Amino acid sequence: MSFINGIGLISPQKTVAPTEFLEEVAEYTADYLRCIEPVYRTYIDPIQSRRMSRLVKMGITAAKMSIAEAELAMPDAIITGTGLGSVEDTEKILGDLIITEKFLNPTPFIQSTYNTISSQVAIQLKCLNYNSTYVHRTFSFESGLIDGLMQIEEQTASDVLVGAIDEMTMNHLQITRRVGQWKREPVNNLTLLQTKTPGALAGEGAAFFVVGAEKQVSTYAMLQDVATCININGSFRPDSFLRDFTGKHGLSLQDIDLVILGLNGDCNHDPTYLQFANQYFPGKSLAWYKHLCGEYHTATGFGLYVAANILKHQVYPGILHLNQVRPTRLKNILIYNHFRNVNHSFLLVKGC
Amino acid sequence: MLKRVYITGIGITCAIGNNVEETLQSLLSEKSGIGEITLFSTRHKGIFPLAEVKMTTKALLENTGFPGKKNITRTTLLGMKAAKEALVSAGIQDIKQYKTGLISATTVGGMDRSEDFYAGFLADPRKGRMIDIVNHDCGDSTERIASYLGISDFVTTISTACSSSVNAIMFGSNLIKTGKLDRVIVGGTDSVTKFTLNGFNTLMILDKTGCHPFDENRAGLTLGEGAAFLVLESEDIAVKENKKILAEVSGYGNANDAYHQTASSPDGTGAFLAMSKALKMSGLEPGEIDYINVHGTGTLNNDLSEGIALERIFGDIVPPFSSTKGYTGHTLGAAGAVEAVISILAINNQVIFPNLNFTTPMKELHIRPVTVETRHAASSLIETRHASSSQIETRHASSSQIETRHASSLRVEIRHVLSNSFGFGGNNSSIVLSKYETGL
Repeated sequence: MSFINGIGLISPQKTVAPTEFLEEVAEYTADYLRCIEPVYRTYIDPIQSRRMSRLVKMGITAAKMSIAEAELAMPDAIITGTGLGSVEDTEKILGDLIITEKFLNPTPFIQSTYNTISSQVAIQLKCLNYNSTYVHRTFSFESGLIDGLMQIEEQTASDVLVGAIDEMTMNHLQITRRVGQWKREPVNNLTLLQTKTPGALAGEGAAFFVVGAEKQVSTYAMLQDVATCININGSFRPDSFLRDFTGKHGLSLQDIDLVILGLNGDCNHDPTYLQFANQYFPGKSLAWYKHLCGEYHTATGFGLYVAANILKHQVYPGILHLNQVRPTRLKNILIYNHFRNVNHSFLLVKGC
Repeated sequence: MLKRVYITGIGITCAIGNNVEETLQSLLSEKSGIGEITLFSTRHKGIFPLAEVKMTTKALLENTGFPGKKNITRTTLLGMKAAKEALVSAGIQDIKQYKTGLISATTVGGMDRSEDFYAGFLADPRKGRMIDIVNHDCGDSTERIASYLGISDFVTTISTACSSSVNAIMFGSNLIKTGKLDRVIVGGTDSVTKFTLNGFNTLMILDKTGCHPFDENRAGLTLGEGAAFLVLESEDIAVKENKKILAEVSGYGNANDAYHQTASSPDGTGAFLAMSKALKMSGLEPGEIDYINVHGTGTLNNDLSEGIALERIFGDIVPPFSSTKGYTGHTLGAAGAVEAVISILAINNQVIFPNLNFTTPMKELHIRPVTVETRHAASSLIETRHASSSQIETRHASSSQIETRHASSLRVEIRHVLSNSFGFGGNNSSIVLSKYETGL
């Protein structure tokens, strides 16, 4: 069994030092949702952080927050997921590089390496244990969780630190806008679903979770299972998948109390979620969260934060409600995400 | 009970061969793939050598059945070619017959084309061909390879710099051991890019004369490109299908140096721990390792740190070892899989491929790699040993003190190979590959 024992989250919401879970909601009218960054010197030596790029600082800080909350001395594994790594550093190199092939500062090159944050966390913690980084679109964080859960199952690790980190920049937004990934103009995040236009609202975030084999005082919930399903030429069959996925844990679809969906405001892709919910979870409570954090490759990190807090605090804040149905209990939560109907992922979280 | 993991297929495309057979022939004839830049466009042409795959992107497109297609990157094409060869080599006809995954590793993904995009984009944000940027992310190449092979049960991508594809082998092995998948295609792919060539150049770790691993006068690494994939299968299906088993994944370990983002620790802590973990899982004593395919990039820092770690683990009797980066160059995200394939070739052909470009032992170390000269000495030693089976006579056969170390540790048979891959961020991974023996 695996328990979420500590969470650190830097997001466009006030998640660094929250008073209550999502009691105060940050409203934006913006091109993308940008993280509210903490005062880093509380977490990182200013001399060290001077050369760190923004995502590296966010990642290290979120990792340290989660470890502090779990009161963990040393993780047995540090695993991160990131769709694009440090976009800022990559762009610096591409900018310097292309015309002249002359650039002298190695720092952006070093930091653009995808495993920079998992290794920087290791350096900060002096952690000599297992370290890995997954870089597969919206499977990045989920792959990291699958790796971590498997190590707990094999008993080669008892506490794993798993992170979900991605950032947005104005350049990257401009580029990916051209392929129709994002809204063409600034939108209000709280009325995102009313836009009914193509493109999502972009966002970013750094979330770290301490997942342990033992329940403790700080435990939020049980992370029962994580799955990724790739849909190549119609290979993904939700009905048989869902039956197996929940059945493995002695659950039927009826036992799911709340389904958290990854709707992101893109009128081309949101219907997939609603059809899924109508078909497999009719009459169930449905929640969403990407109006709070925006869409990015590792946004399910925010989704898992939401599920863990709902279960721990036994509250279901109104800002998350997607439909009018109220759950009769808050016990089993399913988080469902998809990217372009190709990368489907599921997280099963249980209260304890 | 954890399941055993067997390797039933291999595929490779690298500077010394477009497939396994060509690669083996180059290794046997001690032919390096490092040379003057011929295909890759850069202002560093004529300054730094590279280990390029000797196929144009156009030829790769034709080879993989996508002639004229414009939206597939070189990284992806190299991966498709090697992964396909691995599947064929494993005799897999119906990919859907068993629960199959693909775990690919890459350090730059579609960066070769992103560079082209940025040239236009920086001049004008409305410019730059979108076809050059949509394949930028690492997952793109993996999904295209998966689609090419028809794999849909599990797909993911790992990027931990130069140790990436050993971590892919480890993760794939774990998925089989725990029964989550029956079969996993694991490996990595990376093409040469301006991004990496210039990046490594800023770190001043590129050798203008080609890499000299473990040599006192080494001056850095030589970048290469390529892809390699292995078919891992659970013992259940390997036995059921009566598969030819090329090797067993008998141990692996990943540890972090936790020292510096790019430099290895002076005492080789991460390397020591990774090798120790791999040995522990394999249940082997250090003395049972017959050959080590070292990471041996040829940088001042890596070879010293790795050498110290080797001496810490193996003491006075370090097994014969060589870096094969003098043949393939450093293929970054593909390196671990490239060297796993080479290690399997060593096991199946009972031969140690000598370390190229070595002349002077490092003054800080007591050990030296197997070279062209010492390998020939070694084979005569093997014969001596065969004739007499006496350890003493073997020792007599060699003259120098250093060769005695090798002589005393050299075995007639290569049963267990240790392969190291170490990356930026102190990411150190080691695997033990073993000759398959029935009844074990």
